[in-house]
Amino acid sequence: MSGVRVLVGTRKGAFVLSSDGKREQWSVSGPHFGGWEIYHVKGSPADPDRLYASQSSSWSGQVIQRSNDGGSTWEPVGNQFVYDGVPGTHQWYDGTPHPWEFARVWHLEPSMTDPDTVYAGVEDAALFRSSDAGQTWQELSGLRGHGSGPSWQPGAGGMCLHTIILDPQDAARMTVAISAAGVFRSDDAGTTWRPANRGLRSGEIPQSEAEVGHCVHRLAMHPSRPDVLFMQKHWDVMRSDDAGESWHEISGDLPSDFGFAIDVHAHEPDTVYVVPITSDSLHYPPEGKLRVYRSRAGGDEWEPLAKGLPQRDCYVNVLRDAMAVDSLDSCGVYFGTTGGQVYGSADAGDNWTPIVRDLPAVLSVEVQTLP
Amino acid sequence: MIRVVLPPHLRTLACTEREVQLEVEGSPTQRSVLDALERQYPALRGTIRDSTTQQRRAFMRFFACEEDLSHEAPDAPLPDAVARGAEPFHVVGAMAGG
Repeated sequence: MSGVRVLVGTRKGAFVLSSDGKREQWSVSGPHFGGWEIYHVKGSPADPDRLYASQSSSWSGQVIQRSNDGGSTWEPVGNQFVYDGVPGTHQWYDGTPHPWEFARVWHLEPSMTDPDTVYAGVEDAALFRSSDAGQTWQELSGLRGHGSGPSWQPGAGGMCLHTIILDPQDAARMTVAISAAGVFRSDDAGTTWRPANRGLRSGEIPQSEAEVGHCVHRLAMHPSRPDVLFMQKHWDVMRSDDAGESWHEISGDLPSDFGFAIDVHAHEPDTVYVVPITSDSLHYPPEGKLRVYRSRAGGDEWEPLAKGLPQRDCYVNVLRDAMAVDSLDSCGVYFGTTGGQVYGSADAGDNWTPIVRDLPAVLSVEVQTLP
Repeated sequence: MIRVVLPPHLRTLACTEREVQLEVEGSPTQRSVLDALERQYPALRGTIRDSTTQQRRAFMRFFACEEDLSHEAPDAPLPDAVARGAEPFHVVGAMAGG
């Protein structure tokens, strides 16, 4: 019988939540790497037993962990992330030049075809690749070197490369997002890059429609339709129908178009999920009601999904990497909160139940659908 | 034989006990002890000092014989009691909250 494995990264360790295809009874394993911040855990699409985890702490820096048995055992692999050449500077919060400094890995994106190839999005923003299962890492420095790098500025959480989208139909195309620089696309497997932010408007920067400088929080794509991208920006939910060449707003009737997480239904490419957050200064749901919003029309028209979610006195946040879907029928949707809850829905968001309630603050949620 | 005491999170990472023992040739220094530690426990590379610059990480401290040696030069000799194995070299996570 098929099953799911939910990989949860938290402020104080990683947890693996497992269930059969009914998604009613769950087992919880962890904490793995207790006491360490786990920004992200993700499995290889080519080998579901191969997992990678980003483990870090303010004391001891970055560690990358690899599992070859679905998370039962782990081994530390390479943790040297060295910028290519002279790192140069980006802008600091006050607009002054600041040297590029590695802080941590925010996101790990394994290749769709090779379990030993994995990409890492890091702070200060850069993209690295490993072709030896995480033992060594090389920067794809064309991203920082394409010209606009010295003007990039950090968002409140740091200048992080947090989203890596690999095109399942074109191995040469990659799209990444950086807070607060924006979206960048490569059509030659990461050698050269160009900004892909046309149509974004951001009131927080001097030129609201600038080529770079937008605080993009998260991108999502359905694998059957890689030219369609959805974006949760600092403010605004956006859509591109041409692989990031241009964007248009689809916030429509959302109660707030501020938020972090966004994802797409596994079987319905026009069904999109977001979790509206009140504002950039109020990082909790409007009215203290935790609601996922779903659009079945690819945006603009949204419906609240609240059954099983707290509808009073709820002031948690849902971070950018903390929502994922499984590919069972019907589609399961999962998200984690800064209050330590992981909620799951086995019916595409109509009904929610907490899988766990009392984890440390959740940083990331990924799902593996197992045969 | 040099004795090194590790903080809890690094013991877990290195899959070892609170105190480890290392062979260090010549007069031990911070650098030679940490080099030997990283050779014996490769998982600790980059966690006590930066892999590239070899600088002590900001929130790591080195104590021995009730002295804070964190700001000593990396090639300065460690106290005789550490060199003789009478006292351990402590690697400590600074009190930095969290």
